[in-house]
Amino acid sequence: MYTSTTNRRSFIKKMAILSAMTTAATLFPGILFANEQERGLPKGGNLDWKKAPCRFCGVGCGVLVGVENGKAVAVKGDPNSSVNKGLCCVKGYHSVMAMYGKDRLTKPLLRQKDSYVEISMKEALDLIASKMKETINTYGKDAVSIYGSGQWTIPDGYVASKLFKGCIGTNNVEANARLCMASAVTGFMTSFGIDEPMGCYEDIDYADVFILWGNNMAEMHPVLFSRILDQRLKRGVKIIDFATRTTRTSMAADKSILFLPQTDIAVANAICYEIIRKGWVNRSFVEKHCNFSKGSTNIGYGLEDKFSFKDNPQKISFEEYKLFLEDYSPEKVEKISGVSAKDIKYMAAHYGNPNSKVMSLWCMGMNQHTRGTWINNLVYNIHLLTGKISTPGNSPFSLTGQPSACGTVREVGTLTHKLPHGVVMNKKDREFAAKIWDVPVENIPSKPTYHTVEMFRALDRGEIKFMWIQVTNPMVTMPKLKRYRDGAKKEENFIVVSDIYPTPTTDIADLILPSAMWVEREGMYGNSERRTQYFEQMVQPPGEAISDTWQLVEVAKRMGFEKQFYYNEETHIEEIYSEYRKHHNNSKHNMAPLEVLKENPGMQWPYVDGKPTQWRFNSKYDPACNNGKDFHFYGKPDGKAVIWQRPYEPAAEEPDAEYPFLLNTGRVIEHWHSGSMTRRIPVLHKAVPEAYVEINPNDAKRMQIQTGDKVKLTTRRGEIIIPASVNGRGVPAPMQVFVPFFDENMLINNITLDAFCPISKQPDYKKCAVQIEKV
Amino acid sequence: MPIKSYLAHPYSGKKNELSEAISCLSHCEVIPAQNENILIVVTETETMDEEKVLKSKLETIKSLKLLTMVSGFNTNKIK
Repeated sequence: MYTSTTNRRSFIKKMAILSAMTTAATLFPGILFANEQERGLPKGGNLDWKKAPCRFCGVGCGVLVGVENGKAVAVKGDPNSSVNKGLCCVKGYHSVMAMYGKDRLTKPLLRQKDSYVEISMKEALDLIASKMKETINTYGKDAVSIYGSGQWTIPDGYVASKLFKGCIGTNNVEANARLCMASAVTGFMTSFGIDEPMGCYEDIDYADVFILWGNNMAEMHPVLFSRILDQRLKRGVKIIDFATRTTRTSMAADKSILFLPQTDIAVANAICYEIIRKGWVNRSFVEKHCNFSKGSTNIGYGLEDKFSFKDNPQKISFEEYKLFLEDYSPEKVEKISGVSAKDIKYMAAHYGNPNSKVMSLWCMGMNQHTRGTWINNLVYNIHLLTGKISTPGNSPFSLTGQPSACGTVREVGTLTHKLPHGVVMNKKDREFAAKIWDVPVENIPSKPTYHTVEMFRALDRGEIKFMWIQVTNPMVTMPKLKRYRDGAKKEENFIVVSDIYPTPTTDIADLILPSAMWVEREGMYGNSERRTQYFEQMVQPPGEAISDTWQLVEVAKRMGFEKQFYYNEETHIEEIYSEYRKHHNNSKHNMAPLEVLKENPGMQWPYVDGKPTQWRFNSKYDPACNNGKDFHFYGKPDGKAVIWQRPYEPAAEEPDAEYPFLLNTGRVIEHWHSGSMTRRIPVLHKAVPEAYVEINPNDAKRMQIQTGDKVKLTTRRGEIIIPASVNGRGVPAPMQVFVPFFDENMLINNITLDAFCPISKQPDYKKCAVQIEKV
Repeated sequence: MPIKSYLAHPYSGKKNELSEAISCLSHCEVIPAQNENILIVVTETETMDEEKVLKSKLETIKSLKLLTMVSGFNTNKIK
């Protein structure tokens, strides 16, 4: 394609500016160049600015999308959004470019032997319906499945759940949020009996100390991190980075504390030990609002097929809990964790200081953990023991990575055990859902089937024959990927993939559907602070692409469920949302009406009497509190939160003589998850064009490895050759390495381990044993 | 036709002064950070010699504490 010199120079100049901005962000995480970003926006009388939540992470920044002549051409932060107050990160500013990659899918593609042929959307939808009916007739209802994501809009997930659980009658509904925040859910459920954070982003404006638990916020949640840095400038707040690797967040923090992977469990217990020993327990709060429990121990790692686990909770006394913590004195834990007793006491002192408000933040570090539920419980323990919870600035806060992991997967309930309200195991919850869905209650099975890892194992075993994958890329993101790729490719399986670009996942598809993305259709996302945000359709999708919602509705109608899928094409999003709201019509979870969402940059639930709820469980702010006390943890029948006794247990795979290093995987600021969108944005792709392995400088020196050298990583699952990065943006601790997973040409998940938390079933992508050698 | 980007660190309290001084130079663009004491400088000149002269001028600005190059491109080499 011809490119003029002027265009080249302009592009190069932009690259030069971006390089400088990226370097500046390394030195000063959270740095802003808003004027430059604003200046880069096209000017013109025809530009029409419309509000939407950002397409990328779970922060849910409000953006304004500039539309000109039917094309989205620019993005700027929405100054009216309380989430980001007009800021955006580098991905957000370039988000509209993700819609216009050259290889955008525009027509359905049907596999014929080793190639694909174009077919019409009508033919494709007919084929899906007939394949599903044929599979159900031959193999039963549990032979069909759907695998969606936290990028599903609320209507997408809702109709998927209604079709599969309510109409077809299988609980084979899962979503990739199982891979990113399932441990946060089970953490909430076991500690509080109800999901999602009690606080909100406004906590940042009140907290005095921020303790980041394995959370590289400077790269993964840069806008929120900017808000924290802004508070440091204004109020001198403290930032403590508690992590396994030195990152841009560590460099910006007031204190960086490194711990050995998996030992955060031991450190959290040591903090509780110290809080009790020093007399910092808020006794009145604990007596009025908390219970103590212990669960099963030595709970396994889920490595074997059909692994099952059921916890056995037992109430214990405060004295028993205190006795348990005797094994976790800071001095003892120093030996396990590599964190000095002094640093453990330092963190405990911040939590214990009655005059200090503390916010704990975490994301994948705690959630992608074979004891993910436990470490979530333990951070809640710290906040509950000190009473630092559910008040402005005192906030344990689990962040999410996808725009609607909360709104769709957690709230709509697109996981095998979930319903929009409640769980499939509960008869009343099934009856409630069946009534709204207009299906016989017997349709909804009472037993969950497969969580994500087990669903792909079932596909490999031949129990699932049909899988529909929407808006996610599991052939990049599944751990121990080779097994699941080989399983999916088996001849007898029929795989449908709805996406916007070719990916390693469309490579395994028998049928590919082109989807409308983001503002090419109408929808809603729900972010990490319980905020539901609406966006209208602003531009037309390319070719025959249609929304995932409408793909599902059309297939449902073809399968004979016209009565349940009565929606009109022009008004279906409004109709679906109105129906969905009925599931949450109570003071604990009421959703704002659509007209309110349209008028505002999102609204938090519970939305009661025309007002959002910022702090749940606090009777001053939350109208659902009705126990007559200051706090009411109404998710539990007795209105009390649970402080859990959870021991330290090692990772599923520890380094040994053959595999002496620990492999950690994760993300970089420029790329969003599997990179299928951001790698098509030239400035982001050129900024980080390929994956690499970060190696500790001392290890690199000993092994004579320099940046750019090819290195072979070998685990028990396979090997990968990848360039080295020494003293780059991240520096792992000795005998640890880190690889970002965005690069489909270097699939690090081919060699990761599919161990998971037995309670949440979320895999641990952060720890497996690996051997490294220079090649 | 070189295009280069630099990070310019001003002396304390001299950010605006440095920004104004750089703005006065030809073939030079300055982008100050909003919330940190640092500026991005982008130079776009016709020849390498011109670039050297411009860099020398930048380095003589009194409010400049440190100038570090981040990236350098020459558009003639791009195909």
